[in-house]
Amino acid sequence: MIEVLYFAWLRERVGERSEMIETGAATVAELVNELRARSEAHALAFSDMTSVRVAIDQGMADMDASLAGAREVAFFPPMTGG
Amino acid sequence: MTVSIQSTPFDMGAEVRRFAESVSGAGAVVTFSGLVRDDDGKLTAMEIEHYPAMTEKAVEKIRREAMDRWSLLGAVVIHRYGQLEPGEQIMMVATAARHRADAFMAAEFLMDYLKSRAPFWKKEIGPDGEKWVAARDEDEDALARW
Repeated sequence: MIEVLYFAWLRERVGERSEMIETGAATVAELVNELRARSEAHALAFSDMTSVRVAIDQGMADMDASLAGAREVAFFPPMTGG
Repeated sequence: MTVSIQSTPFDMGAEVRRFAESVSGAGAVVTFSGLVRDDDGKLTAMEIEHYPAMTEKAVEKIRREAMDRWSLLGAVVIHRYGQLEPGEQIMMVATAARHRADAFMAAEFLMDYLKSRAPFWKKEIGPDGEKWVAARDEDEDALARW
């Protein structure tokens, strides 16, 4: 099981802050494909991957990163701090 | 205290004074404070969301990097989250060094990285609705100079 978190407009589009996902996905990209299939809201949230960033266990990662041992995967738009 | 992620307001004068007193041997303290900007007079509030489990770690990593790159005697970062009003202070950084060049450079580095590598997201709330602030290409490009 992986806990998937959403922030900012990804959270609003998906309609959830987090969800527990039973997945066999080996990479982030595979997980995204599984998530897209969950609902239209998910598909919309992940329709433009150029504006989606990902962190695995609170560390920034790439879409082709391995999910081996991952417990928490977060999706969010580019950060706007400062 | 070197990194504080908080919803409550902070007193910049008091924070800077405390910081300056805590670093011995400093000849320069540089401070920067970011405010909620209202470009067209139609901003009611700014909502700042963050990723609680990651924020402090990410900010401390950036602060550490600044400490390693420049000859600093100290650096602090305060960043707020939650709902803020126009003109309120969102965040501040302060750096201390023996000489000003290190303090200035490190403060700029901290700001560039906090903008696009600290997990915060800003949403503008106005009478016509809400809008997520989009990251700007310039902000990403600014990292290249470091």
